[in-house]
Amino acid sequence: MSGHDHGDDGVSRRKVLECMTWAGTGVLWTITGGVPRSLGIIDSAQAATAAAPGMTFLQISDSHVGFDKPANPNALGTLEEAVNKINAMPAKPSFMIHTGDITHLSKAAEFDNAERIISQTKLDVHYVPGEHDFIDEEVKLYRERYGRGTKGHGWYSFDAGGVHFIGLVNVVDLKAGGLGNLGAEQLAWLEDDLRGKSKSMPVVLFAHIPLWTVYPEWGWGTEDGGRALELVKGFGSVTVLNGHIHQVMQKVEGNVTFHTARSTAFPQPAPGAAPSPGPMKVEDAKLRSMLGVASVNFKQNEQRLAIIDTPLQG
Amino acid sequence: MKTLNRRDFGVDLGLALAAAILLPATKARADNDLEVHIDNFVFQPPELKIKVGTTVTWTNRDDIPHTVVSAGKFRSKTLDTDDKFSFTFTNAGDYKYFCSLHPHMTGMIKVE
Ligand SMILES: [Cu+2]
Repeated sequence: MSGHDHGDDGVSRRKVLECMTWAGTGVLWTITGGVPRSLGIIDSAQAATAAAPGMTFLQISDSHVGFDKPANPNALGTLEEAVNKINAMPAKPSFMIHTGDITHLSKAAEFDNAERIISQTKLDVHYVPGEHDFIDEEVKLYRERYGRGTKGHGWYSFDAGGVHFIGLVNVVDLKAGGLGNLGAEQLAWLEDDLRGKSKSMPVVLFAHIPLWTVYPEWGWGTEDGGRALELVKGFGSVTVLNGHIHQVMQKVEGNVTFHTARSTAFPQPAPGAAPSPGPMKVEDAKLRSMLGVASVNFKQNEQRLAIIDTPLQG
Repeated sequence: MKTLNRRDFGVDLGLALAAAILLPATKARADNDLEVHIDNFVFQPPELKIKVGTTVTWTNRDDIPHTVVSAGKFRSKTLDTDDKFSFTFTNAGDYKYFCSLHPHMTGMIKVE
């Protein structure tokens, strides 16, 4: 499981889960005045969030249920480990977002398996699709499951804890030679959705492919992402959460904080560090330090955002 | 790396046998037929010059699925690892194509 030595087998399952949780070396980030600052490793970070209650939500991404290649022969198993970690958190988050690539090949059984494991968190989950969730012939499995109440290919918004959340879809209608794509219809909807919103209301945009240009050579960016960012420019606090690149990357630009999450399935190389963005094979002992979940904490009435990245194992 | 086991060997033997039987009938065409491999998110070779009537077969050798799409001309299913897609070019012209999952992957078939 976690690779940690628990000594005798008299250790209860609960104890094992606790050990897995605290073995993580996740970092709490607090962002004050546009400058990210690390507050320490997961133990003190968790304590800090507990001491300063705000709205907490979790981000999980790129589960790739169905993936079984050497980089991780059991993607469903590591998703389950992530879910165990979530269930062992001392304070239950308000809800969870999943930033896409739930499945590897959009097969019905893969969606079923993912749902079976993720539902064990008993959390409300808000999804956006990754390109891997949209490859069944009629592109209907994702939409039948998660598309209810959404617009177009699955975009939507909701309010929680005084924050306006917007789930965007940038994995359809991709053009040869291009990057991720939102499209005119979705951008028009976004403009409409934001109309009349108070500029002091924090906004969280989430989508699968990064909305900012991370590395165009590997398609890591969104063609018209800049147009979406233009529309949220006037807001005091904007957070952009993505997946797709299977590694943590953060950037602060004015009032906008960008953050990509780890995968729960397999790591991918840093931009340009390998011949391709394909799955990265690492030593088995190291795999879990490169997979994980992110939890985000909002402190009411403060322009401050704390992101705790929790690898499956430190 | 893939290790050869008895099952693989059996399959290879079966294929070799089938190929041997089919060889006389398909030999003329087989000389023209060409392959494109997908390795590390790249179509290899990225450009092919072929004659009308040639069949091109794409093989995905990555651990990530890809597609082969030429707008209005041909569209493969999603190719998982080692899956293949073939298309026979019956008209001359330039066929630009790409992977609809990773659109920065592009290729070209020039048919004369
Ligand atoms: Cu591809």
